[in-house]
Amino acid sequence: MSHNVPAELRYSTSDEWVRTEGEELVIGVSDFAQDQLGDIVYLELPKVGLILAPGDSFGVIESVKASSDLYAPVGGEVVAVNGKLEISQEAINQDPYGAGWLIRVRPSGAEEELLDAAGYAAHCADRAH
Amino acid sequence: MLKRTPLFEKHVAAGARMVEFGGWEMPVQYSGIIDEHTAVRQRAGLFDISHMGRLMVRGPQAEDFLQYVVTCDVSAIPLGQASYGLLCHPDGGIVDDIFIYHLPEEYLVVVNASNREKDWRWLHAHTEGFDVEIVGRSDRWAMLALQGPEAEAMLIQAEEPGAGSLSVLPFHGVALSALFGFTTLVARTGYAGEDGFELFFDAVHAEDFWDKLVGLGAKPCGLGARDSLRFEPCLSLYGHEISDTINPYEARLGWVVKLDKGDFVGREALAAIKAAGPTRKLTGFKMVGKGVARGDYPVHNLDGELVGIVTTGMPSPTLGRPLGMAYVPTALSTVGREFDIIIRGKPVRARAITMPFYKPQYKK
Repeated sequence: MSHNVPAELRYSTSDEWVRTEGEELVIGVSDFAQDQLGDIVYLELPKVGLILAPGDSFGVIESVKASSDLYAPVGGEVVAVNGKLEISQEAINQDPYGAGWLIRVRPSGAEEELLDAAGYAAHCADRAH
Repeated sequence: MLKRTPLFEKHVAAGARMVEFGGWEMPVQYSGIIDEHTAVRQRAGLFDISHMGRLMVRGPQAEDFLQYVVTCDVSAIPLGQASYGLLCHPDGGIVDDIFIYHLPEEYLVVVNASNREKDWRWLHAHTEGFDVEIVGRSDRWAMLALQGPEAEAMLIQAEEPGAGSLSVLPFHGVALSALFGFTTLVARTGYAGEDGFELFFDAVHAEDFWDKLVGLGAKPCGLGARDSLRFEPCLSLYGHEISDTINPYEARLGWVVKLDKGDFVGREALAAIKAAGPTRKLTGFKMVGKGVARGDYPVHNLDGELVGIVTTGMPSPTLGRPLGMAYVPTALSTVGREFDIIIRGKPVRARAITMPFYKPQYKK
């Protein structure tokens, strides 16, 4: 099964994606991650204003089968949270790179080592069977 | 090397996600757990459960032998009926939960996939003194479950005219029929809390049989939905709600233990446990705080002391909220009592609720 890995994004090994929009970064989970979890039915996201260090857990998403922690791929301050997901978590499954975005961060400059699209696609392929 | 059922290629070709379960490579989902779950509650879903163990117990003392190794009253199972039963250790711990089908001249016993070898050894270890023969049928016969309110209508379409009368097969009844022209043992049993059937037939026909049931509208389902469907009516899963170190009274399965039927393995210990009352009990709960409990999460009392463990937890697809089952001290198990589930290191409040969460919709 092949998953959508947009070329313009960067990715963490824990399956978050990062998109640069002006001075801010938008963060979500990858198509691979949503597919592995299955239907998302529940999630917890941080409050605006939270300061994250790279690698911090900033929330959790849950399907019927499993729960998965969300890890900050970059450091910074949370400046927006996708409130629409409170009532329509399915957006994460249906449109993980668009309507399913999770948080917007003003970066502090500290980053995990992120992968480009090719590197991340290889990382997914390694785990698929 | 993981074991595969006769339908393995079918699952892979259909795009099912395959996972390891009890030494088997099985489909965990086809279209999605919620979609499959809903199909079974509202229409009909089809499960490959050929990984389960099937064996025949026959011989002049087949009934006496089973009566000695299981907790239920085998002499009370009429011909053409099935019964849930438990194999217990001498200390009362549960070896396995099984289904016993009373057929002409023999009994069919269905055991959990993860316990096939253990049960085979356990049964053979107790045959001394009984004129009995145990014959494996796990490889020769495939096993499918067709579960849901539309299952009966589908099977009646599949049944050859005059081959049987599935519409009058009672709850837990078992009969030989011909479906799609294949000789099939049909039982009105299941594990989803819905009306439904389990089908036993020659494994050679497995793919053909599967395709024909899907052609009648049955939705292919995986083990993910099988788990969420059994969770809502609080049906036990071996390795979670029951195990070698859990006894039937703790697991709220005292109704399966017939202490007055005569001697059987575990009887003495079980009588003592019943008389003393279990110190812990399987307890259904809902989350009061925000979070989803999962299997193996610790349970604390309101003083912060470790007092129990979650056996299964998930967001219930039918009820639309996170629920769970846990072992907690008997005093904490009554409806309305509160305790904390430790979710990622933090206590989250939960409250004991009535079991089952979903009332089974059996056709009685």
